[in-house]
Amino acid sequence: MYDKEQARKVHEEKERWEETTVQKALSRFPERYEKFTTISGKPVERLYTPDNVVDLDYFRDLGFPGEFPFTRGPYPTMYRGRLWTMRMFAGFGTAEETNERFKYLLAEGETGLSIAFDLPTLYGYDTDAPEAEGEFGKCGVAVSSLRDMEILLDGIPLDEITTSMTINSPAAVIWAMYIVTAEKRGIPRRVLGGTIQNDILKEYIAQKEYIFPPEPSMRLVVDTIEFAANEMPRWHPISISGYHIREAGSTAVQELAFTLADGFTYVEAALERGLDVDAFAPRLSFFFNVHNDFFEEIAKFRAARRIWARAMRDKYGAKNPRSWTLRFHAQTAGCTLTAQQPENNIVRVAIQALAAVLGGAQSLHTNSMDEALALPSEKAVRIALRTQQIIAHETEVTNTIDPLGGSFYVEALTNRMEEEANEYFRRIESLGGVIPAIEKGFFQQEIADAAFRYQLEVDAKRRIIVGVNEYVEEEPLEIPLLEMDPEGYDRQVRRLQELRRTRDNREVTRTLHEVREAARNGKNLMYPILDAVAAYATLGEIMGILREEFGEWEEPVWF
Amino acid sequence: MNTRSAPSVEELITAALAGDRRALARLITIVENDGEQARAVLQRLYPHTGRAHIVGITGAPGTGKSTLVNAMAREYRQRGMTVGIIAIDPTSPFSGGALLGDRVRMKDLVGDPGVYIRSMATRGSLGGLARATDDVVLVLDAMGFDRILIETVGVGQAEVDIASSAHTVIVVEAPGLGDDIQAIKAGVLEIADIFVVNKADREGADRTFMALQTMLGLGPRTVRHHGRAMRVDMPEGTHEGWRPPIFKTVATRGEGVPELVDAVEQHRHFLEESGEMARRESERAAHLLDHILRDALMARLLERVPEGNFEATVERVAAREIDPYAAVEHLMHEAALEAE
Amino acid sequence: MASSRKVRVLVAKPGLDGHDRGAKVVARALRDAGFEVIYTGIRQTPEAIAEAALQEDVDVVGLSILSGAHMALVPKIMRLLKEKGLNDVLVLVGGIIPDEDVPKLKALGVKGVFGPGTLTTDIIAFIRRELNLDTEEAPKAA
Ligand SMILES: Nc1nc2c(ncn2[C@@H]2O[C@H](COP(=O)(O)OP(=O)(O)OP(=O)(O)O)[C@@H](O)[C@H]2O)c(=O)[nH]1
Ligand SMILES: [Mg+2]
Repeated sequence: MYDKEQARKVHEEKERWEETTVQKALSRFPERYEKFTTISGKPVERLYTPDNVVDLDYFRDLGFPGEFPFTRGPYPTMYRGRLWTMRMFAGFGTAEETNERFKYLLAEGETGLSIAFDLPTLYGYDTDAPEAEGEFGKCGVAVSSLRDMEILLDGIPLDEITTSMTINSPAAVIWAMYIVTAEKRGIPRRVLGGTIQNDILKEYIAQKEYIFPPEPSMRLVVDTIEFAANEMPRWHPISISGYHIREAGSTAVQELAFTLADGFTYVEAALERGLDVDAFAPRLSFFFNVHNDFFEEIAKFRAARRIWARAMRDKYGAKNPRSWTLRFHAQTAGCTLTAQQPENNIVRVAIQALAAVLGGAQSLHTNSMDEALALPSEKAVRIALRTQQIIAHETEVTNTIDPLGGSFYVEALTNRMEEEANEYFRRIESLGGVIPAIEKGFFQQEIADAAFRYQLEVDAKRRIIVGVNEYVEEEPLEIPLLEMDPEGYDRQVRRLQELRRTRDNREVTRTLHEVREAARNGKNLMYPILDAVAAYATLGEIMGILREEFGEWEEPVWF
Repeated sequence: MNTRSAPSVEELITAALAGDRRALARLITIVENDGEQARAVLQRLYPHTGRAHIVGITGAPGTGKSTLVNAMAREYRQRGMTVGIIAIDPTSPFSGGALLGDRVRMKDLVGDPGVYIRSMATRGSLGGLARATDDVVLVLDAMGFDRILIETVGVGQAEVDIASSAHTVIVVEAPGLGDDIQAIKAGVLEIADIFVVNKADREGADRTFMALQTMLGLGPRTVRHHGRAMRVDMPEGTHEGWRPPIFKTVATRGEGVPELVDAVEQHRHFLEESGEMARRESERAAHLLDHILRDALMARLLERVPEGNFEATVERVAAREIDPYAAVEHLMHEAALEAE
Repeated sequence: MASSRKVRVLVAKPGLDGHDRGAKVVARALRDAGFEVIYTGIRQTPEAIAEAALQEDVDVVGLSILSGAHMALVPKIMRLLKEKGLNDVLVLVGGIIPDEDVPKLKALGVKGVFGPGTLTTDIIAFIRRELNLDTEEAPKAA
C-alpha cells in the first residue's frame, strides 16, 4: 500500500528518531515500563509508521465494505444504513418474570430479544431434577417444557422481532419449543428470525456446558444446520462463539483462532453431510467478546472477517458472497467487571462497546455494572442499554465506515492477528483437527496457561486494575439487587408436575420412542424432537433419551 | 500447625481399625509426614499387614490410568472386595507444591464406603512414586482393604519403583499419543506383569496392540519373575514364569475391565503357587528395610554432624575443593559412623 | 528431605456451572505457593466434596461457585463436613457472592469469601494467616 522506497526512508528516519530524539528524552524520563504489551501479552512498539505495514495491499487485504475480503465491514453502508441491533441478554427465575423483563426491554427501545437460560436448562435437566438443586432461575430463565416457552413468549410479536437464545447442548430441543410456540400461534416457521447459540465445540474448549461426547454432539449440530437450510431461511442455526473462550482466560488471538477453527469444523461437518456450502454458510453467525484492549479488539474483528472470507472462498469454494462474510454479535467482557467500585464498570463497558462498534459489530450486548455482584438489576440494565444508545446517537462514530482503517497500528495489529491465527490453525491441524485437540486438552491447556499468566501480571501489578490492585478504596455501596420471586420455584415445579399428569402420556411415550429411534438410525433429530416437544415431553425427558443413547462426556483435565 | 485438637496416635489407630475413616485419613497424613509419630504408627500397624494384594498401574500421561483405576475398583466392588487407592502426582521442584488431579476420574467411587482414595505428591522422590507410598500401603493394608491400587506418576520416564512396591504391575498404553508405544522407550516394558491397551475405542488401538505384541515376541526369551524380566534360554511352553498378557480396554465404559481384573487375580494365584509371592514379599521387605535404614542412617548422621557442616561440605564439593567420596569419608568421620 | 507438614487444599466446584477459570487459576497459584492442591473437577456434589475432604485429610477446602447457587450448596457442604467430623477445616468460598450473603456464609462457618477480582496473593496470605503458617516452621513457599 505504501511506496517501498518511501517506507524504507521512513524506516531509516524512524531509527534516527529512536537514536536521537527518543534517546535524549529517555535519558531524562525513562518510560513507565521496559516492555509494552497488549492485554494478550503481545509486544507493542513505541510508534507505528508505514514501514510496519509495508506489505499491506489495499485491494487484497482491505478492499471495500460489503466486498471481499470484508476487512472494512460486512455491509456496504454499515451504520449509515442501519445501526447495530441492541440486544440485551436477559432471563431469570420463572418464565413469567422473564416475560415481563422482555416486554420492558422492548418498550425501552431494544430491538431484539436475547434469552438466557438457567443452568439446569442449559444442562438438559428439568427444574425438579435432583441435579438441579439450588440452581433454579439463577443465571437465566428455567424452561422445562413447551408450557414454559409459551409463557415466556406470551404477547411478544415473534414475526416482528428476532430472538437470540443462548443454549448449546439442548439447543435442538429449546429451538423446537420456540418453533412450536410460534406455529401454535399461526406464525409459520419460515418467517421466524433469530439465532440459537448451538456451538458445542466451545463448550468443550471453554465453558464446559457439554453433555454428550463430541461426535454425537457434532451430529446434533449438523442436524440443526441442515434443518435450518431446508426449513428456516431466516434463522441462524449456530452462533460460533469466542465469547466464552475469552471469558475462560484466553488471549485475543486464541479467541480469534479457536473460534474460527470451530467454524471451519462445522463447515466441514456440514459438507460431509452432503450439504452445499452456499446453502448453509450464509446463515452461520459469530459471537465475540469485546475486552479492554481497545485497538487489539478492533484488529481482532477486522482480522476475523478477512480470515473467514479467504477460507470460505478459497478453501471451501463458496460462491455466494454472503457465505464469505462473517457477521458477529459482540458482548462486553464479563470478566473485566469488578465487584469493587462497581460503578467503574459503566466506564469499562462504554469503552468496550465503542471498540465493538468501531470493529463493525452487527449486534451488541452491553453488560450491567452489577454483574460481578449478582443478577443485573433493572436500573443497571437500563444504563447498559443507554450506553449503546449514546454511542449510536451522540458520538458520531457511526458516520463513516471503519474509521480506524489505515491506522498504521491497527493495520499492523490486524496483520499480526491473522498471522498468529494461521499459526494456531497449523498447530490444530497437526493435532488432527479440533476434536482430537479437544480430546488431548490442547485448547484447555492453552487457555489455562494464558489465564494464569494474566493473573500473575495482575498480582504483580504489572497490569493495573482500577479499584482492584490500585486506587483501592473501601466504600460501602448500595446497589439495588434484583429480587427473585420467592415462590417462583414452587410454582414452576407444580406446573411441571401438573403437566406430566395432564398431558397425553401415550403420545409422549410414542414421540420419545421416535427420538430414540432417530438417535440410533442417524435420521435428522429435529423432526422427532419437534413432535416430542409438541406433545409436551419435557426437556429432561428428551435429553434423558439422548443421554442414554449418546453417553456423557468427561473432559480431560489440564491446568 | 493449626489448632486441630490432636487425638493420640493410639486413639487414632484404635478408631481407624474400628472403621473410622477420619482417623484413617489422619494416620495417613502422619505417615506421609514422617517423623517419630510415623514410626510409632507403622510399628503398631505392621502386625496387621500382609493380606492385601497390591496392584501398580503405570504408563505415560493421559493413557487413562486414573479412569482404569476407577473402573477396576468398581469391578472389585462388584466382586465384594474393598479397595484402597493411592494416586500419585508430581511435586513441583520449584515450589514444593503439587496439583493432584487424579480424583477427577474417580467420581464414581466417592460415596462408596468400601473404597478409600488418597492422592499423594511425590515430594521429591523420582521413581514415579511418592516418598511414603510403601508406608501408606502398609496403613491401607492394615485397615483390611483387600486390594490396593497404586497409580504412579504419568511421566513416561523409567518410573520403575512400582516394581518393588506392587505385587502385580499393569502397564497402560493408549493409541494416539505420538509414538506407537511409549513404554518400550521408557524401559517400563521389563516391569510389566500385564499390559493394557486402553482407549480401544480409538483409532490406532489395533496398531498399538500389534506393536506391543511384536515387541514382546521379539528379543531373547524372557521369563518374568514378577516384575523383573530375566533373560533365560528356555524352550517355549515350559515357562515356569508368567507371560504378560495384553488386554484391550475402554476404561471410560468399563469394557475389558472384568477380564483385566481376572488376569490380576490369575497373576496373584500364579505368584502364590509358584512360590514367587514369598520371594516377592522378601524382596519387598528388603526394599522396605533398605529404605527405612537409609533414612534412619541419614537422620543419625545429620544429628551427629555439627550444625551447618553438611551444607559447608556440599559447598566444598560444588567448588571442587574436595571430591564427593572424600566428602562422605569426612562426614562419616565427623559422625563417628565409619565402617572400620 | 525436610519432613515438614504440607498444607493440603481441596479445590472443588459444586453445582452445575462449568466456569472453572477461577478454580484453576487459584489451584495453580496455591501449588506455586507450596501447597498440595487436590483438584476434583467441575460439577461435584456436596457429598462428594465432603467425602474427598475427609479422605484427603485437607487443611483447607476452597469452593468456587459462580452460578449464584451458593446459598443452597454451601450450607449442605458445611453440614456434611461437620457430620464427618471435619470441624476444623478452613473453608473458603470464591465466586459471585452478593454482600448480603457474606454474613450468612460466615455464620455457617465459612472463614473467607472472595469475589471476582481477588488477587491470588490475597488468598494465599489469608490461608497462611489462618493456619498460622508464618509464625512457625512453615512449608516452603514461593
Ligand atoms: N476414548 C477413551 N478415552 C479415555 C479412555 N480412558 C480414559 N480416557 C480419557 O483419557 C483422558 C485421560 O484419562 P486419565 O484417566 O486422566 O489418564 P491418566 O493416565 O490417569 O492421566 P495422568 O494421571 O495425567 O497421567 C480423559 O479424558 C479420559 O476420559 C478410553 O478407554 N477411551
Ligand atoms: Mg491420572
